[in-house]
Amino acid sequence: MSNYKLFDKNTQAIIFGYQQRAIQRMLDFDYACERKNPSIVAIVDPTRDGYHKCFWGPEEIILPIYTSIKEAAEKHPQADVMVNFASFRSAYPRTREALEIDSIRTVAIIAEGIPERYTRELAAIARQKGKWIIGPATVGAIKGGAFKIGNTGGMIDNIIASRLHRPGSVAFVSKSGGLLNELNNIVSRNSDGVYEGIAIGGDLYPGSTFIDHVMRFQQDPDAAMIVLLGEVGGRDEYDIVNALKTGKITKSLVAWCIGTCSKMFSAGVQFGHAGAKARTDLETADAKNKALKEAGAVVPDSFDDLGKKIKETFDKLVKEGKVKPKPDREPKKTPMDLSTAITEGMVRIPTHFVSTITDERGDQPMYAGVPLTEVVENGYGIGGVIGLLWFKKELPKWGTGFIELVLQIVADHGPAVSGAHNAIISARAGKDLISSLVSGLLTIGPRFGGAIDGAAYWFKKFHDEAKEPKEMVDDMKAMDILIPGIGHRVKSVINPDKRVELLKKYARENFPKTDYLDYALAVEKVTTAKRDNLILNVDGCVGILFVDMLNSLGFSKQEISDIIETGALNGLFVLGRSIGFMGHILDQKRLKENLYRHPWNDILYASPKKEEIK
Amino acid sequence: MAQRGIREFHGKKMMANYWTEYLPNLAKYDGKIVLVDPKTDMNELAKQNPWLKQEKLVVKPDQLIGKRGKNNLILLNSTFDEAKKWLNKRMNKDVTIGKVTDKLTHFLIEPFIPHDKNKEYYVAITSNREGDAIYFSAHGGVDIESVWDTVVTIQVPILSSINNIKIAEKLPKEVPEEEKAMVAEFIKGLFKFYVDFGYAYLEINPIAMTKEAFIPLDTVARLDDTAQFVCGNKWGNIEFPAPFGRRLTKEEKFVKDLDEKSGASLKLTVINPSGRVWTLVAGGGASVVYTDTVFDLGFKDELANYGEYSGNPSTDETYQYTKTILDLMTREKNPKGKILIIGGGIANFTDVAKTFTGIIKALKEYKQQLIDNKVRIYVRRGGPNYQEGLKNMKDLGKILGVPIEVFGPEAHMTSIVSMALKGNAGA
Repeated sequence: MSNYKLFDKNTQAIIFGYQQRAIQRMLDFDYACERKNPSIVAIVDPTRDGYHKCFWGPEEIILPIYTSIKEAAEKHPQADVMVNFASFRSAYPRTREALEIDSIRTVAIIAEGIPERYTRELAAIARQKGKWIIGPATVGAIKGGAFKIGNTGGMIDNIIASRLHRPGSVAFVSKSGGLLNELNNIVSRNSDGVYEGIAIGGDLYPGSTFIDHVMRFQQDPDAAMIVLLGEVGGRDEYDIVNALKTGKITKSLVAWCIGTCSKMFSAGVQFGHAGAKARTDLETADAKNKALKEAGAVVPDSFDDLGKKIKETFDKLVKEGKVKPKPDREPKKTPMDLSTAITEGMVRIPTHFVSTITDERGDQPMYAGVPLTEVVENGYGIGGVIGLLWFKKELPKWGTGFIELVLQIVADHGPAVSGAHNAIISARAGKDLISSLVSGLLTIGPRFGGAIDGAAYWFKKFHDEAKEPKEMVDDMKAMDILIPGIGHRVKSVINPDKRVELLKKYARENFPKTDYLDYALAVEKVTTAKRDNLILNVDGCVGILFVDMLNSLGFSKQEISDIIETGALNGLFVLGRSIGFMGHILDQKRLKENLYRHPWNDILYASPKKEEIK
Repeated sequence: MAQRGIREFHGKKMMANYWTEYLPNLAKYDGKIVLVDPKTDMNELAKQNPWLKQEKLVVKPDQLIGKRGKNNLILLNSTFDEAKKWLNKRMNKDVTIGKVTDKLTHFLIEPFIPHDKNKEYYVAITSNREGDAIYFSAHGGVDIESVWDTVVTIQVPILSSINNIKIAEKLPKEVPEEEKAMVAEFIKGLFKFYVDFGYAYLEINPIAMTKEAFIPLDTVARLDDTAQFVCGNKWGNIEFPAPFGRRLTKEEKFVKDLDEKSGASLKLTVINPSGRVWTLVAGGGASVVYTDTVFDLGFKDELANYGEYSGNPSTDETYQYTKTILDLMTREKNPKGKILIIGGGIANFTDVAKTFTGIIKALKEYKQQLIDNKVRIYVRRGGPNYQEGLKNMKDLGKILGVPIEVFGPEAHMTSIVSMALKGNAGA
């Protein structure tokens, strides 16, 4: 490549910073331009390495991610551009690093707010090494049909609207990155399009200046004419004035400096760009426009006529036969992103998930339609939250009170029960909290804790079928099924279970109706008549009262059956008992208990003899 | 984010605090100086700074005002009581310098230093693209432009060190031979201070040279505020005062607060509240161009404001911003009617429809006032989702009761300005 050309159709870049959208936009531009290769060869991100997946037209490709610029450059020596998305804090060291690498010739610095001294140093180093810096505080540059830096040019439809997917003949340089898009539009509407457009950035001391780029365009035979968009502040436009005067610029130059309004602000106004403030009369836009005009540039009377002047100048060149307008062509069609198509209502796709209990997409999570702040402020409590998330129902106070009572009652039943025992053994084997908890929870089932569901199911079934309590006992016996929720190892009629007493008392005092509990107690009368420890136990009582609660809340019989079937009632036991299990696990860890080994003398070894298994 | 002036008080304090680090061999400038604002309790100040009552004083405003001597704003060689009286007369009072009028709110007081008038030097450091330039003259204490031929310039290229420059050899011949080493040492130290502290401009005129000390008498300084993250901790608790003459109206203050709270940028300067042409423009560059164009087309007396919104403001922010402008522009009726220019370039990534939502909401709210004030609205914008944004604006035009003309990228960015103004020239 000649030294006056920074980019062409084969230019490839390293991107510093994991800017996924900018990367995709560059590749979409490449594709529309019908480039043979993607313009990005690698990404550098100090915090990760690996691969980045992105689109090349309709297909997916992967780009390598490295943690250092040096490594990326060594593996991809063909890349001579680095697009530096580092923040204003680290843009300076990263750019220095890139300038030290022989294969990198151009660094574009996007960040705004880099100290002026740093940029001046970088510019001086680049000058010494014959390298280029574009920026800082810029969106970058674009070369029609060839290469674009980062986000330059906006979305792909805008790039195509400005015909940037193919080269034109007009080269321009501007300070403002925000106006670069507008210039693309103006140039494309008033000529054969953009050959190359550069935004050098709004700082007082940009890494490369107007004159650097204008002289490149002057040398480049493919640039037929030049457009300059300067602004108030600084004196860089005077380099152009001098070059015009000394005949170094011979190509047609249309120029305009923005900020002519600054003279209205008597106290001196700082416009958006760091460099956009006139400190002397020479730095005003008016003085610069006047000087440019006197030196021979085509200067409109206002920005309003900029397009017209470009058109006049371009048409004149065509007429004089000095430039042959570059042809138009259709861009290679880039498929639309699904997300864009959805936003614009162009496609529809079925979802793969449904959720009917929460929505976390807004300002705050919604529990069954109730904002979290309301849940907290209105004192829903754990019972209320369970009501919302498990049953999508706002429970009355007596209902949430019942759930919280159950959770307290089932929270623990000592270290000897099999679930707690398993949790303890796992904790002592050095397993973490979650593994130990799960080990305990996995014990819960038909024989341990699982009777709540069963009790609810069977008592409800017989009650709803209007069977007499005696019939229930007999039918179950005939089926050879022990009635879940009936019977206790030690408690009996004369030695009642305190927990069951608490639950019954609560229900009697608070529940609107207790049809199922009444039915279950009638059944208990039958069973305790047979043996006095065949009492309604805590699991049974919880299950039955739960049915009573749902019944009182107006759930239909079928809905209640569905809830039982989902295992929600057992869930209450699992939730409550997890508190106890975790207590045991933390206790064991605090005590630094060693691995448990069961003693031999507590095991009956009764293996068969070898001959017996033949 | 740019070069910004700091108070003389802060500049001198900074020098005093770091003097021994940079100028270990020269007698320390003690930094005896206080800042007085409308809330200062003068008696308390005197208690904490006994020198105020023991020494003769200098008092002057400290609000980024140049040429204070010429404008009779310096009190020299006074007692504390005289200083108090002088301050009382001026505090919170308007003063006009050139074309600019503003209220005096900050003054500095420091000891009056009797010294040899012939030992008033001029030293300044500025930055340029290639490096930093030191300016020195033995003829300080006067308007330096009038004695510019006595100034020597020492350019220090950006990648080189001042240690490699033989400063003493470059000093003007008016500096006595035996003092050259000391002056050179001072310049070297000051230069290093300038570089390390992120200065972009530092002028001391004059600096008084006594037997073994240098005392800055009058200092002007600008810092590169982007260097905050590098040397902000050395700056201490400084502020960047607004330029003298930039008095914010209630509405400007409101927008400034909005801007400071937001990640986006929202700016408003009211130029002429009775002006008929109001702008509501997206983008820093575009807003300047629109304002220029109103100006360049010869309507500078009609231009009411400069302002811009950019950096993807939220719907509420654009709503608040628009409301502020609509409120201002509908206060005072004009028989010729008014013009609102809702302009902007082709956005890179800002969702145009989204930003227009807040603008449309405010316009609807001001429907009656807009009709009463005979407002005509011109819209031009491009960028992501602009079609929908423009359609929403056109739909609004059907119900708003005032004319809205809507254009996209097919129209030149500023064409709506000439359209609005030319259509209006005869009215």
